[in-house]
Amino acid sequence: MIEVSGLTKYYGETRAISDLSFTIDRGEIAGFLGLNGAGKSTALKILAGFLLPTSGTVSIDGVDVVAEPEKVRRQIGFLPEEPPLYKEMTVSGFLTYLGKLRGMSGTDVAARLPDVLGKTGLSGRSDQVISTLSLGYRKRVGIAQAIIHDPALVILDEPVSGLDPLQRVEMRSLVRSLGGDHTVLISSHNLTEVEETCDLLLMLGDGELVAQGSEEEINAQVGSGERVEIDVHGDAAEAIALLTELEVVEKAALAEAGEAFNTLDVTLVGEDPHGEAAWVVNTLIGGGFGLSRIAPAKGELEDLFLKITGKGGAA
Amino acid sequence: MRAIALIVGRELGAYFRGMSGWIIAAGILLLQGVLFNVFALGDGDKLSSKVLQDYFYFSMGMTIVASVLLSMRLIAEERHDGTMVLLLTSPASDWQIAVGKWMSAWIFVLMILAASFYMPLMVAVNGSVHTGHVFAGYLGLVLIGAATTALGTFTSSLTGSQVVAVILGGILAALTCVMWLFSKVASPPLDELFAYLDFYYRHFQDFREGTIHTRSIVFYSSVTFFFLLLTRQVLGARRWR
Repeated sequence: MIEVSGLTKYYGETRAISDLSFTIDRGEIAGFLGLNGAGKSTALKILAGFLLPTSGTVSIDGVDVVAEPEKVRRQIGFLPEEPPLYKEMTVSGFLTYLGKLRGMSGTDVAARLPDVLGKTGLSGRSDQVISTLSLGYRKRVGIAQAIIHDPALVILDEPVSGLDPLQRVEMRSLVRSLGGDHTVLISSHNLTEVEETCDLLLMLGDGELVAQGSEEEINAQVGSGERVEIDVHGDAAEAIALLTELEVVEKAALAEAGEAFNTLDVTLVGEDPHGEAAWVVNTLIGGGFGLSRIAPAKGELEDLFLKITGKGGAA
Repeated sequence: MRAIALIVGRELGAYFRGMSGWIIAAGILLLQGVLFNVFALGDGDKLSSKVLQDYFYFSMGMTIVASVLLSMRLIAEERHDGTMVLLLTSPASDWQIAVGKWMSAWIFVLMILAASFYMPLMVAVNGSVHTGHVFAGYLGLVLIGAATTALGTFTSSLTGSQVVAVILGGILAALTCVMWLFSKVASPPLDELFAYLDFYYRHFQDFREGTIHTRSIVFYSSVTFFFLLLTRQVLGARRWR
């Protein structure tokens, strides 16, 4: 279990993070969300033992990062945004070196290496020199080095940045597969990434933790209901007027006007979004409107994030 | 010790896998051979002991140059490439990292010194050489190599640029060899301090002439330890930035 309490870091007079406190359970995948400069990388570097905090405590399975740094570092695997690689080494040579440096015996490294190579999709590349690998494979080697010593906590800073769409899908799958065996903490400003991968969201804004919990819990914290998009055939203003009379609708607005249909953005209240959506559909049909689509609103987490961090203007 | 051995192994591997180690070694040995031929052997008839003294004199310079060149990449390259994070997030302590890095460059310097041994051997074959003289001279080179490699490791820890590291290391190393000049113009007690800190006159001169003084062994060992301590402090300070 990772316990962070009152974590604060100053670079000179500049405050990077302030009073962060959160807990991540064993085997959970947590995601740090934040805009550039929000303090994500600083927080991750402290958790990885690379930086020391100005104040506050971090403990991993009860061992304090500051009091016993070398002991804690055995329990941590860290992948910065740019994979740190000795490019002149082969994949297996590199992983063997780091496994031993992190306290494993040669026998243990040799026994674990095939598993790690298999898990990261590097089985056919073990004897390849790292400098000859593509960026996607280098990221995989970066993850492999982070898990070679079977750490309790795996920290991945922007693991999908710079990857093409296919590589992103593969990397998401790889990150998800790490959960359970390891506690995983990733950082990203790609909200879809975090939404699809993480059990727990930690939202950072200007160095402070502005929200934490599952997406649903954060929704509840900020009082925002489920949002759906509805393509309506007919007069949009009339449809909006009809919907805003419903007690299950918090807000209805025109998202996009079209010739054939108009897209409405409808925010629902209550605890049964499916039932409420059905109520909305019945009301529109009963009012003589044609419907061609109803779906969860795109960018829901984006809106939520901007709302919480106060960066979204009127949002 | 295991972490130090692992770091040494990787760094030595990097010297051998890359071109820089081979180029530096070849360049130093070539220059040393030319200097040996031109100045030690080719300057009229001399006693073997005088040939050896001349040989150890310029070998000291070559050892200092090799040490500074070999150590410039040790930490600066890792900082530049972003791989320092691998060491700083490993269970290896800052002290182990500093010592491992230094030791790898020092061992490479020792290999170059070992490869240069044919030169005093040639003097021994064609003249009369006292084994103790050769031993003392090489002991001096080994110690001065340790000290200047530690100095280079320290300057390498200060920057992410190997060029800046080698310039800083070169300036510091040059200063250590001209401290006797400062001692000439300084007043007591600074004159004695400067004279003591000079790498050549106060300390290496004796080794060059075949004499081993404990005080010089202690001096070079202390300088080595001092710069390794500074390197460790620089590594530790990075965690607070």
